[in-house]
This record gives sequence, C-alpha cells and structure tokens, in this order.
Amino acid sequence: MSQDIAQFKKDSPMSGTLRMDRMSHIWCPGCGIGSEVNAFAEAVKRSGIDPDKLAVVSGIGCTGRVAGYVDFDSIHTTHGRAIPVATGLKLARPDMKVVVFSGEGDLTGIGGNHFIHAARRNMDIVVICNNNFTYGMTGGQVTPTTPHSAVSSTTPFGNHEYPFNLPFLADAAGATYIARWTSMHSRNLIQSMEEALSRKGFSFIEIISPCTTLYLRRNRLGDGVDALQFYQENALLKHGADTRTLDLDFQGKITIGKFVEKDKPTYIEALDNQCVKVVGDDYELYGKTIPEREAEEKAEKARVAERRAAVLAEEEKARAKAGVVKVSAKIPVKAGAKKAVAKTTKKAAAATTKKVAAKTVTAKKTTAKSTTAKKAVVKTAKKAAPKAKAKAAVKKVAAKPATKKVAAKPAAKKTRK
Amino acid sequence: MNVKTMPADPKGVDSGPHFMDGDHALAEGALAAGCRFFAGYPITPSTETFERFAERAPEVGAMFIQMEDELSAIAANIGAVWGGQKVMTVTCGPGFSLMVENIGLAAMTETPMVICNVQRAGPSTGAPTLTAQQDMMQAKYGPHGDNAMIALSPDSPQECFDLAIEAFNLSEYYRVPVIILTDETVGHMHEKVVIPPADQIKVVPRNLFTGPKEDFRPYKFNSKGGNPMTRAGDGYRFHITGLTHNEKGYPVVTAEQNKIVVTHLMEKINGNADDIVRLEEDQIEGADVVVVSYGITSRIAVKAIQDARKEGIKVGSLRMITIWPFCEKRIRELAGKVKTFVVPELNYGQMVNEVERCAGGKSKVISVNHCGGAVHDPEVILEAIRKGSK
Ligand SMILES: Cc1ncc(C[n+]2csc(CCOP(=O)(O)OP(=O)(O)O)c2C)c(N)n1
Ligand code: SF4
Ligand SMILES: [Mg+2]
Repeated sequence: MSQDIAQFKKDSPMSGTLRMDRMSHIWCPGCGIGSEVNAFAEAVKRSGIDPDKLAVVSGIGCTGRVAGYVDFDSIHTTHGRAIPVATGLKLARPDMKVVVFSGEGDLTGIGGNHFIHAARRNMDIVVICNNNFTYGMTGGQVTPTTPHSAVSSTTPFGNHEYPFNLPFLADAAGATYIARWTSMHSRNLIQSMEEALSRKGFSFIEIISPCTTLYLRRNRLGDGVDALQFYQENALLKHGADTRTLDLDFQGKITIGKFVEKDKPTYIEALDNQCVKVVGDDYELYGKTIPEREAEEKAEKARVAERRAAVLAEEEKARAKAGVVKVSAKIPVKAGAKKAVAKTTKKAAAATTKKVAAKTVTAKKTTAKSTTAKKAVVKTAKKAAPKAKAKAAVKKVAAKPATKKVAAKPAAKKTRK
Repeated sequence: MNVKTMPADPKGVDSGPHFMDGDHALAEGALAAGCRFFAGYPITPSTETFERFAERAPEVGAMFIQMEDELSAIAANIGAVWGGQKVMTVTCGPGFSLMVENIGLAAMTETPMVICNVQRAGPSTGAPTLTAQQDMMQAKYGPHGDNAMIALSPDSPQECFDLAIEAFNLSEYYRVPVIILTDETVGHMHEKVVIPPADQIKVVPRNLFTGPKEDFRPYKFNSKGGNPMTRAGDGYRFHITGLTHNEKGYPVVTAEQNKIVVTHLMEKINGNADDIVRLEEDQIEGADVVVVSYGITSRIAVKAIQDARKEGIKVGSLRMITIWPFCEKRIRELAGKVKTFVVPELNYGQMVNEVERCAGGKSKVISVNHCGGAVHDPEVILEAIRKGSK
C-alpha cells in the first residue's frame, strides 16, 4: 500500500515542482493556499524558467509553509523577514528568480517595512501575498487587512481598525507590477504569476483567499465552497483600475485585475547606471564581472524560451487530443485569451504577414519584455477600435480597454445573481 | 581544525602597511577573507566599517546594501549566504538587539556569517557613543533557545583585521554565526595595520556539496565542524527552515528531533572548544594573581600588571581572544594554583561570573567592574591585584 502511495506521488504531474515526499500538507480542507500553490507550480512550468534557478522564500504562518512544499531552492525564514532574505538571495544571485510567498500578516504587518522598502527599491523579486484577512497560524487574530467590522479572535466585537488597501500601498511604495485575484481565479492567477515570473522588477500579486477554519467560521460565512461562490459573484474584473479605489469592505465587492505594470530600472540596474555615470568605464557591472556569466545568462534566456514553447505546444496537443477546440472561450477571464492571440500573432509575424503583425513585433521589441497583454491589446483593439485608440491602449500599460471587449466580464456576469 | 585552506583572493587584499582604525580594519579583514556581501544599517560607533565596505564594494565586485533596519540587514545576509556569498555586518547594542532574531535563525539553519558588535555603553540608547563591553552575555544568550556561537574579541586595529579573517574561517568551518565583540575604543583607535600579501592569508573556502542529488543533505547532526552546505542554483533544491528539522532540512517537530538538533548545535562548538579557543598568556607559571581580561581592557591592564610586577607581585596575564566558547578548561587548570583571578571589564560584571564558575571556589575571584563610558583607571586594577596577592 505504502509502495503504491510512493509511486502515486512520483507519477503526480506536480512532482518536479512540488515536494511530493512532503505530502500530505498541513492546510485545512477548503483553505485557499493549496490551489494557489498549484497555480504557482503551473505558472512556473509554463514560464519555462529552469526550476533549478528559481528560489522561493516564505515567512511564518500557514502561507509561510509554502516554501516547504515547493520543489525549488527554498527558505522558510522568520516572521516577516521573507522579503529581506529574498533580497539578499537575489543580490547574491542576480541570475536567479526569487519569489516570496507568504501571508498578509507576515508581509504587511510584522514585515510591512520590508515590503515598502523592497517595492521602493524595485527589488527584482515576485511577492505573492495570500490575503485571508487573518493570522491563520496563530488562531485567527486581526491583521492589517481584516475588513472593518469583521470578527476575529482579538476583535471579538468586530474590527474597529481600518485595513490596508494592499495594491495602493504597493503602488505608492513603487511596485512595478501589481495585480489582485482571488484563490478561485486560477486561470488568471496562473497567467499573472507567469507574467510576474517573466518580467523584471518588484511584482506584487495579492490573492484574496478563504481561511475556512478561522475567518469564515468566526464570521459565519460558510465553508470553502461558499467562499468560492462568493468570490465568483462579487469579483469585478477591472484591469488598470486606480489603486486608490481598491479598498475591501466586509463581504463587499472585490475588484480584481492587473492594476499596474511599468518599466523602471531594478535595484541592480539602478546601481549599475549610477556607478557607470560617476565612475565611467572602469566600473564593472555588478554580477557581470565574469564574462562567462553574461554568456550564461543569454543562453539561459534562449533555454527559457525553448522550454516555454515546449510546454505550450504540449498543452495544445493535449487539448487537441481531448477535443477541446475553443480554448479561449473556456478561459473565464481575458488573460488566457490574450495568450492565445499573442501566440498566433507571433506566428503571423514570422510569416511576415501585414502591418498588424509588424506592429505587434515592434511593441514587443520596444518593451523588451513583451508582456502578452500588451500584444493582445494591439491585436484585439485593432480589430474592434480605430487606430488611435489602439495606440492609446498600448501606452496605458494594462489591458484596460481590451478588458471590456473580451469574454471575461460576460463570463463572470453569467453566474451573478 | 583540520580544514582545507586556500590563499586569499588578491582582489580583496589591500596589502601593505596602513594607518587605520579598528572599524576600517574589520572591513579590510572581511574583504581579505573573501566577504563579498554586506547588508547593514548605520549605527555609531560601527558605521565606519559599513562605509568602508560601501566604498570598496565596486572594485572587488561585492554587493553592499543599506537595509531599512537591522532586522532586515541580518535577514538579507542570510539570504546572501544561501546564494553562495560570504557575508558580514556590523552594529552595536541597539542594532544587535534587533539582529538577535535572525542570528538565531542563522544558528538554527547553520548559516555561516560574521557579525561585529562595536560595543557602546547601554542599556538602551545609553551613552552614545562611549565605550563599553556590556554585550558579552548577549553574544552568547541573545537568541532564544539553546545554541552555541563563537565570539572573538580583538584589542587593536591589527587584531581587528586578523580576527575578521579568523572569524570567517571559523564560521565557514563550523557553519555558525561568529561574533566579533570589539568596542568603541578599539573601533575608533588608529594604529598601524599591516595587511599581508594575499598568498600569505589563509582562507577557508565554502565547503559546497558536490555529490549526487539523492545523497544531498543540507545538514549532518554529528556534533562536528566541516559539514558541507550548498547554495541556491546548484540544482540540489535545498529547503531550510527555522523549525526543528531533519538532515534533509524538512521540519520534524518532535522532542526527539529537537534533542538531536540542539545537541548538535551545542556540541559542534562546545565540544570543539579546544580547537576554537585562543588565549594570549604571559607569565602565568608561578603567578599568585592572574588578570583575566579581553578587548580594550586588556591593554589598560598591561599598565597595572607592569606596575604590580615592579612592586614584586607575581602576576600573570590571560587575555581571552576567544570569548565564546569560554576558556573553561584553562581556568579550571589554574584554579587552586593561583591565589586570585582579577577580572577587569567594562560592564557590571559579566565574564567574571564565568571565571568564578570555573574557579569553583578554589581561587579567589575579584571583579573590577566599570559601568562603561570610559576605560578603567589602571590604578583600580592595580589595587585589585595588590588585594588579590595577599
Ligand atoms: C516574531 C514572531 N511573532 C509572532 C509569531 C507568531 N505567529 C506565527 S504565524 C503568525 C501570523 C501569520 O499570519 P499571516 O502572515 O497572515 O499568515 P496565515 O497564517 O494567515 O497564512 C504569527 C503572529 C511568530 N512566529 N514570530
Ligand atoms: S487555519 Fe486558515 S489559513 Fe491556515 S490552513 Fe487552515 S484554513 Fe488555511
Ligand atoms: Mg493571513
């Protein structure tokens, strides 16, 4: 029997990204953390990043245990200190992708100072914040994000404090990528995590998530399924929304989407730029003192692209085999549709079709990072809107206008009652 | 310490005679030892080390970052170590108190690093930035839980340089945070510092695991030094945690496992004290009185010892270069043979308790304490020696 379980774990599609030898995990039934970790594992696969060149750092809490389950180099730190540990790791190994995965109490309560300073520095890390409005691990106390009037073990008469609006906090501090989803929005989450993993700079993803055992129970909000239903009915997709408008009220609407995406030199790039300005040619770029390292970086980029293409091709094959034709229609939110569009665009460009394709390519080149979202904007906006508008859309960073046009909203609306 | 060493990387070695203070010498020692990462937060009287490193970082290809506080400074250093770097930071009392949190994590995760505490008079903000030696016990008992660490105490800028290298070597070998307990006086004292050529500096390189992935274990609970570690990106996909863990690094929160881990953490240092402890002794044979001192106080004591000898008193000197682990064996050997141990220190009496414990009532122990803010008047130490000789 135990032999079977071992084999089962080995054969799991998650083996290679999750530490199957550590399963089963500690999280409660219905808790949002598990599905977020799943989404993360999937995003890593799709990103094409070499798993050996990815590190995950967590703080303390239920979410803090994530570092112990992912099959990457991983550090489970002290309460609140995941971001500075990740900072040190990133600066020591600029060639690695460093992800912080932790709870909102950890990241924005005890670790709040580190959060704003890492954002201010545009430290090149991805910060994934599981926001369950509670200190889960310690039994459900109030946190910096607990909505006003919500009950917790330390606000038994309802929370009288005012909560953080985390995307606004991140924005004000200087984060260059900010998104919010709920743990139900797996597709978007995967897409968003993949985007964050594939770019440079401080990327912040907030995930509204149910703590079934404590927050939901104490506030009589039902179980995990009720929470997911609530998210489905109350999440409003609004890419590019003004971060000042993203406050969360107790059981109110939850604005989700990608709110900010901009280019700004990362901490290391800014350091190099400044030193080059002052010291001149004598200055050796940090972390690039060894020429082989540069060559390595280049090669790695190519490998990432290759792996990514392979994963996508495999998926495509699997879909074809399963007879799923209308892929984009199945994806609840725009993000996935964008991806498909972007892909075909690329092919079209290669075949040197016409201006639309050419334009996409330019957009890709100038932004260097070529977020699929931007490409998609060009494409979809072009189809439906006049030229000028399309251009404006590209400049606006987030896929705001496009959002209105694609299946996302109707899909969400369908279930709203 | 049976360990492979290699010559220092010349890039970090500014060979030749210098006139510099203890703080600068610490930075130079670290660079010579191969330290290429420094995350810190400014606090007098340690800031000069920090500034020196900031200036030198680009030319040696090192990373320097001023963090938002000492909590994050020490945390960033831990991250950098697991990224493969040798790291150091400096601070003094108020900052050390904040660092204690993650010094504990470093001890638990067996993360080598060097932390310098350029002591100033406390408690709290205290008397900035007058000299003191008040954090001796904090260096041992700062973090909660049982864990043994190493602490060294230099008495001159030259020794700041030398001990910085030694601290790195010990920390690499034993995979433990090593604390350099200096003080404001040594930190700001300018003297001649000779930095040897790189090929004459022995450096313990990071001992990285290179075997097959299945055999990889980030830990070995054998009460020994010399265990290999790893760094991010090498494909071993390590996991480390501040939780009680097994050799794989995975959490195992049981009383049994805690015993295994704690015993290892304690014994790899205390059980190897003979290898670690370094003392400087002078005329101890046949002495009636032995002055046990360390850091700046040992240099003040020299005057008192000289004067006492002029008076015909048989007095020896035992200078502790290693503070922790304590030179327990040596004090026990001398206990009963000498009449009195005289222990001058710039605190209300900290190390004297250790001396008293090991003297076990067989010799008298006289504490010459001082609340900090200045060094002793040698006359006070001399008076204690006189008293002890009777
Ligand atoms: C320094 C310190 N203070 C307090 C704690 C106790 N503690 C453990 S987890 C936690 C809260 C974690 O909350 P959050 O980050 O929101 O994570 P969640 O459990 O909700 O996922 C607290 C206060 C601790 N481990 N360390
Ligand atoms: S206590 Fe809450 S946050 Fe923690 S695992 Fe259970 S449901 Fe999840
Ligand atoms: Mg929480």
